[in-house]
Amino acid sequence: MNDVILRADNIGIKFGGLTAVSGLTIELKHGSITSLIGPNGAGKTTVFNMITGFYRPTFGKIIFEDRDITNLPPHLVCKAGIARTFQNIRLFSGGTVLQNVMTACWVRQKSPWWAGALPIPSFRREENEMRERSMNLLAAVGLDSLADEVATGLPYGAQRRLEISRALATEPKVLLLDEPAAGMNPQESGELMEFIREIRDKFDVTIMLIEHDMKVVMGVSEWIRVIDYGQMIAEGTPQDIRTNKRVIEAYLGKEAGDNA
Amino acid sequence: MKNSTKILANVVCIVILALFLRLAQSSLDGYKIQVLNLVAINIILAVSLNLIYGFTGMFSLAHAGFMAIGAYVTAILILPSAQKEMMFILEPMMWPFNVMHAPFFVAVVAGGLAAALVGLLIALPCLKLGGDYLGIATLGFGEIIRVIFTNTTTVTNGALGLKGIPPYANLGWNYFWCILTLYIIIKLLSSNFGNTLRAVRDDEVAAKAMGINTFRTKTISFVVGAFFAGVGGSLMGSLITTIDPKMFNFQLTYNILMYVVVGGLGSITGSVVGTTIITVLLEWLRFVEEDMTIGSFEIAGMPGMRMLMFSVVLLFIILYRREGIIGGYEFSWDSAARFVKRLTGKKEAASNE
Repeated sequence: MNDVILRADNIGIKFGGLTAVSGLTIELKHGSITSLIGPNGAGKTTVFNMITGFYRPTFGKIIFEDRDITNLPPHLVCKAGIARTFQNIRLFSGGTVLQNVMTACWVRQKSPWWAGALPIPSFRREENEMRERSMNLLAAVGLDSLADEVATGLPYGAQRRLEISRALATEPKVLLLDEPAAGMNPQESGELMEFIREIRDKFDVTIMLIEHDMKVVMGVSEWIRVIDYGQMIAEGTPQDIRTNKRVIEAYLGKEAGDNA
Repeated sequence: MKNSTKILANVVCIVILALFLRLAQSSLDGYKIQVLNLVAINIILAVSLNLIYGFTGMFSLAHAGFMAIGAYVTAILILPSAQKEMMFILEPMMWPFNVMHAPFFVAVVAGGLAAALVGLLIALPCLKLGGDYLGIATLGFGEIIRVIFTNTTTVTNGALGLKGIPPYANLGWNYFWCILTLYIIIKLLSSNFGNTLRAVRDDEVAAKAMGINTFRTKTISFVVGAFFAGVGGSLMGSLITTIDPKMFNFQLTYNILMYVVVGGLGSITGSVVGTTIITVLLEWLRFVEEDMTIGSFEIAGMPGMRMLMFSVVLLFIILYRREGIIGGYEFSWDSAARFVKRLTGKKEAASNE
């Protein structure tokens, strides 16, 4: 049994003459929590965009569960089982909390689009199932009491959690979180770490996150990859990374690295 | 509220509407009946545009074009062959259009399907565009349809148009289609598919990431909207009994857009209320265009005066009430029940004191 669920093989992307990411190889072990860190502009979100199909890699291959998903469009990547959240929260602003999660269930819904216009019992049953599943998800993240509120009216931390539960509603096997702790105070980010571990265990997902908050990164990750200028400069356990010379160099400059 | 109660309430409403229409048919004069007919058809048009623009966020201006297709297809199908032969004086009508015939219901469905098909053809290249660009492209397509109809003389009788279309579109048919349109669109929007439409409108990138095939979703919404626009056009043609390409210029699209914007984008209730108010007002306000005497002053009537008043109203709504007169509110039996309960609850509280 192959333990690697997602493998990005030597991927890279060029925007015109600029090589944003070059020759990156990432392997995610089933059920692991991995962090992708690096200074601003290192190409972390670009990696996410390539994996989820928003950007097409210029070279390299992305293999998900032994299947080549390199050139799939975003919605098919999601259907295959990779869900993501966004750096700047992207909720469906017109909808309620429940509607946001329900919408994400659509990808697993079997009924055709026109079924809603006809009185078909199987469609209603499925729709009710989806509603129930969404409510369970909301209960799991502690938002069930706010199900009928307008999504963008929630406090910031709750919006983050809603975005994660929306991603979970697509029944992913791999969950990519783009800066989930951005803008959170220490207490909130502490809760977030708990939350990330919890969803990994409860929903059996493999998680990769981009994060700048080092406390979260060191606290939650089992494996860390560091990239700078689109290239992998280090990978290892949190302990390894903390003392890695090249990482300190990338973050603080050469002299700091020499003194370490 | 229980589902069965809601269905019962809906049925009661439809029965009341039917009785009202029966009464109107027998007691109102032709002019007022015409206004009632227009209300029904305009609701169909407004709701179908709201589906495309208000719920899916595609700024589309091709509605007049879809209406033209519906109107022509239906007219050709319900006109008797003898009359067609008489009318085509420039060039004789092409086979098989000169012998085609279908009952009214089938003809209206065919009109809608033809509009939907053209909508699909337009959607494939256009829906890659977003925002204003889509508006311009669809406006262009709407005009292209009109120009094609002007020039295919052997099918459409060119600029002369079609006259003497059988006036099958009475109150009954119009309101039947109106209710059917409302039912289907409301049902679609309240299903999870409706949620995906709104998701595409609110954030296309997030919708893609959540596994929604946004292009397909937009195409479906556009085609369904085009279908009902075609149905509206079919009924309109049979109602006024005369159609020509000039009738379906972009002015007509803007009128429908006005119903939708005034009523409130993304609210079916808003579209129904907005359309009813504007359609009735547009007729009722005709008196401002007549000669008036105020004291010793005599003001000559100015045609177009009511449109001027409407542009002022529209300006105010856009400046001060962008969410429309209904403000995005959606009617439901649940909220109506809550409202009644609140009213009676207050009374009880007052009597207890």
